[in-house]
Amino acid sequence: MNVFLLVWSYLKSKPLNTVLNIVLFALGIAVITVLLLFNNQLEEKISSNAKGIDLVVGAKGSPLQLILCNIFHIDFPTGNINLKEAEQISRSRLIKKAVPLALGDSYQSYRIVGTTSEYADLYHLELAQGAWWNKELETTIGATVARELKLNIGSTFQSTHGLAEGGSGHEEQRFVVKGILKQTNSVVDNLILTSVETVWHVHEHAAADSTERNHEAHAQPDSSFVASRLIPTHPAGDSTKEVTSLLIQYRSPMAAIQLPRMINGESKLQAASPAFETARLFSILGVGVEILTGFAYVLIFISALSVFIALYNSLKERRYDLAIMRSMGASKSKLFVNIVLEGVVLTALGSMAGLLLGHGILMALGTAVEEMRKAGLTGFVFYSAEWIILAGSLLLGMICALIPALQAYRTDISRVLASN
Amino acid sequence: MVAVSKLSFAYTPDRSITFPDFTLDKGEHCLLLGESGSGKTTLLHLMGGLLRGYTGSLQVAETELASLSEGALDKFRGKNIGFVFQKNHLISALSVEKNVIMSPYLAGVHIDTHHAHDVLTSLGLGEKIKSSVKEISQGQAQRVAIARAVMNHPDVILADEPTSALDDKNCALVIKLLLDVATRNNATLAVATHDQRLKDKIKNQIIL
Repeated sequence: MNVFLLVWSYLKSKPLNTVLNIVLFALGIAVITVLLLFNNQLEEKISSNAKGIDLVVGAKGSPLQLILCNIFHIDFPTGNINLKEAEQISRSRLIKKAVPLALGDSYQSYRIVGTTSEYADLYHLELAQGAWWNKELETTIGATVARELKLNIGSTFQSTHGLAEGGSGHEEQRFVVKGILKQTNSVVDNLILTSVETVWHVHEHAAADSTERNHEAHAQPDSSFVASRLIPTHPAGDSTKEVTSLLIQYRSPMAAIQLPRMINGESKLQAASPAFETARLFSILGVGVEILTGFAYVLIFISALSVFIALYNSLKERRYDLAIMRSMGASKSKLFVNIVLEGVVLTALGSMAGLLLGHGILMALGTAVEEMRKAGLTGFVFYSAEWIILAGSLLLGMICALIPALQAYRTDISRVLASN
Repeated sequence: MVAVSKLSFAYTPDRSITFPDFTLDKGEHCLLLGESGSGKTTLLHLMGGLLRGYTGSLQVAETELASLSEGALDKFRGKNIGFVFQKNHLISALSVEKNVIMSPYLAGVHIDTHHAHDVLTSLGLGEKIKSSVKEISQGQAQRVAIARAVMNHPDVILADEPTSALDDKNCALVIKLLLDVATRNNATLAVATHDQRLKDKIKNQIIL
């Protein structure tokens, strides 16, 4: 016999009440847990995806769209920008690094990104196997792409025009997998990386097929070849070519003040800061999250009330039990602790069930919903804030049990025993 | 073992009960008789330390109860006193065994499960050890209460109307068991009752 066994016996003697209290509490905690896991992971993903990228330069349009498309690869491009103009921008001494991105194609809804090896440096990408893309139509693919689409080194596939599933196919152009990246837990896991030229090539081909329009011949490399600052394999100053955007790393903090103003004011291009836009995105999402959080707190408040009422009512029935316990030598404080513990055990069980449920919900969503899987959101992570949830629950249990416990403490044993 | 002298107790300043002087030796048994309202339960509660604030002298196990603090009184009660009440005496959330074990647990003394089983078996409850107290009869419940009262080898067993709610057969059984366990434990037994059936069972009678 110990105090927990005693408390447990009392809880067990009213199974329905106990279950109701635990379930109510668990629901509230589960909602809080899901929000916590979801929010934290989203923030982590966002910061890891945008890490090292100070500015995105692209065609005019929504700055948020520019960020969503070029950093998180979820929205559509705002349009293309001229390679020559992009080169001019990248010449600025405020810029340390400028990486071109050419978007537009996908395979099985995984985006094909035409870029340079600088992109790999920017994200600190490492190969799990194989090699980096080199020649046209060679690709290096993210870990999730390889896993989900079961692609291996040497696998070939046809891309689809457009970023969503069901676009028209680029036939005859078969991409080949040259390498697979190590898992990064960032958006790169979902990307198919290739050269900018590959993207151009695939599109020119498609354009030629549909319109039979002759393209200006490629400038052939010769002795006077001056490499583009952005795409080293391509000659500089080619105004016929386009890219989707530039990812820019500043040379100094000064650039954060000057560069966006310069680009937005003086060129036809648009510059957007990932930090600013994601903060804006979060403030928009924040309303929904706050409503859900409020709802969770209401649930928790109701369940706390329910725990209080259950203890308060059961105490009326237990007056005699308490008096008997006192007659057997139990001190007032022992009974007080007993009742408090009953509240604590209820909320502790509810809270643990809620945490499990919260993780379970995210685990289930993570396996069932493709977007969740792509975004890399899982239920298998734990945050220290969960300890705070648990501790807070115990405290709440204590508070709920306080008044009933005080009543137990004050029980006039003689009167109760004499009143039968 | 119990010594009462010039003892009186007042629930309210104008309603005071005065008790006759008496002493009980170790192992001596007595009946406390009187009409309802005569103060039988009050005296029993005073002797067991459930009520405090008496005037006069009340010594139990060579201890003047008024000299003990509330916490010390709880400990004293757990160690030295065993109570048997008329009814509602068991904790319904617990099994028969756990009810008996509550006694040493709450008194803070060593929990001897073997002893609990022995006591229950000696009271004819060997088969009911694991039963819920909701499943046993009133007579059996009273025997569980007796088992619980003697678990800690008390010096004094105080019984408040232990037989009033029982039929003749159970009444005879319960008083016999009470006397048996008290004698076996060499404990002083005081039974407060107005149950006429007990008058010829215990000769030593104190009229309130």
